[in-house]
Amino acid sequence: MKMEREVLAKPAVAPLEVARLRQDFPILGERINGRRLVYLDNAATTQKPQSVIDTIASYYRHDNANVHRGVHALSQRATDAYEAARANVMRFVNARAPEEVVFTRGTTDAINLVAQSFARPQLREGDEVLVSAMEHHSNIVPWQLVCQQTGAALRVAPIDDAGDLIVDAYAALLGPRTKLVAVTHVSNALGSIVPLARVVALARAAGIPVLVDGAQAIAHMPVDVQALDCDFYAFSGHKILGPTGIGILYGKASRLEAMPPYQGGGDMIRSVTFERTVYNDLPYKFEAGTPNIAGAIGLGAALDYMRGVGVEAIDAHERALLADATARLAAIPGLRIIGTARDKAGIVSFTLEGVHAHDVGTILDHEGIAIRAGHHCAMPVMAQFGVAGTARASFALYNTHDEIDALVAGVERVRRMFR
Amino acid sequence: MSGDLRDLYQEVIFDHYKRPRNRGALDAATHRAEGHNPLCGDQVTIYLDVEDGVVKDVRFEGAGCAIATASASLMTEALKGRTVEAVEALFRRFHDLVTDDNAKASPDLGKLEVLAGVREFPARVKCATLAWHTLNAALRNRHEPVSTE
Repeated sequence: MKMEREVLAKPAVAPLEVARLRQDFPILGERINGRRLVYLDNAATTQKPQSVIDTIASYYRHDNANVHRGVHALSQRATDAYEAARANVMRFVNARAPEEVVFTRGTTDAINLVAQSFARPQLREGDEVLVSAMEHHSNIVPWQLVCQQTGAALRVAPIDDAGDLIVDAYAALLGPRTKLVAVTHVSNALGSIVPLARVVALARAAGIPVLVDGAQAIAHMPVDVQALDCDFYAFSGHKILGPTGIGILYGKASRLEAMPPYQGGGDMIRSVTFERTVYNDLPYKFEAGTPNIAGAIGLGAALDYMRGVGVEAIDAHERALLADATARLAAIPGLRIIGTARDKAGIVSFTLEGVHAHDVGTILDHEGIAIRAGHHCAMPVMAQFGVAGTARASFALYNTHDEIDALVAGVERVRRMFR
Repeated sequence: MSGDLRDLYQEVIFDHYKRPRNRGALDAATHRAEGHNPLCGDQVTIYLDVEDGVVKDVRFEGAGCAIATASASLMTEALKGRTVEAVEALFRRFHDLVTDDNAKASPDLGKLEVLAGVREFPARVKCATLAWHTLNAALRNRHEPVSTE
């Protein structure tokens, strides 16, 4: 993919001062079962820097009020901070305007919004929505629902045994019936990076809009929605050092303008009578009800933190962790890495012969090592690889090579116990 | 608070995980149910042959992790020859054993006691009880004997 290749081709960015960064994350000082926490479940959620925690606490201590309502000082402060967070997101993903940034509850909420407000009104029987075979359930089920509602069909672009999207097969599935492509940026179960430049260009050439599930990409590589040229890009705050319950739907203004509201309520209207309601402008049309104000402001603080560290340096650091973990885990007898795509983000899924992923998870937890075990809400991926589940280690900017030592030693201990 | 790993992974558990007893379909089953653990996608099928209110035979297919597989295997050993009422009473005692810190040891539980360590690992209680909940479902829904073909 063009964007990532450019990053790789650049001269090495200054390495992260990880030891110093770790001081910013108070939870990393926790001890689990008497051991220091080794947190390798970042694909599930990331930990929060002190600046995010402080920003949220400060908001509630000093500025808390409802937004876009009051004439009083606090309401103005809350509104200013909330809208500053929106502008911050706009800059972070290089959207053209704040109106293109809709606050949602998370990635799932954002995808459901597009399914119901963008896809549902235009889908007809015989139409198709195209997803990839490596989607998270959140980028499958909303489309199944809208297909049931409209009579459209869900089509699936296959992946190969490495976990790479088979782009030729994807291209062959794009046709006059395809009304939307919904594809992940990074597979949460496999770590595969989808070659979005080609995927989007092929859809664009056929006049088909594209939604990208960016949940697993946003904290790990530069994301430029204009360069990607996708129509929608969704992500969650909690996967990028921010709080839970806040997420983003980026949408091209022309797309969002044409869509009816997702939910009705306060803030999304301009005027209401019992005869007629006039909807508010973008992005408020899609933000019914009092939003997660503290969440949005906390997300803004998280993006400031990311920017301060440098997304390209984070990307390089996590790639080094991935290479180290992959090489050392693969050397363990009986260990099979699930997902060996050409281009991967910092996620290593694996199985251990004769040992169930949950047993791996429990034994590692006993060593203070937090990983995910199970199907990762990607059961079709598990089915393709013929496994019920995997153990998954996933990295963030604060992880270290020492923590990979701990992971490898922990997996060796699991092997010895089950021998 | 977390328990000792060795309390969870006892030798008996490894033994039943690696060499599960009574595994496979039971053609003569009078009762059958499938259970699954949505957390991990593990599935188990329990087959029972109940005659005159007594469990004549019981087998299982599937399961998954060491705890779920060993629990299913140990359960099948514990059930044979018991009346349905005794099985239901044993289920309640087993459930207490793996969930209640104050559960009293019961001689009735026998080898099932090795699963007591699960209660210090709340995330794994469902693994230990999967086979038992499925057994309960099987007893409530009487099925025609599973045909051989």
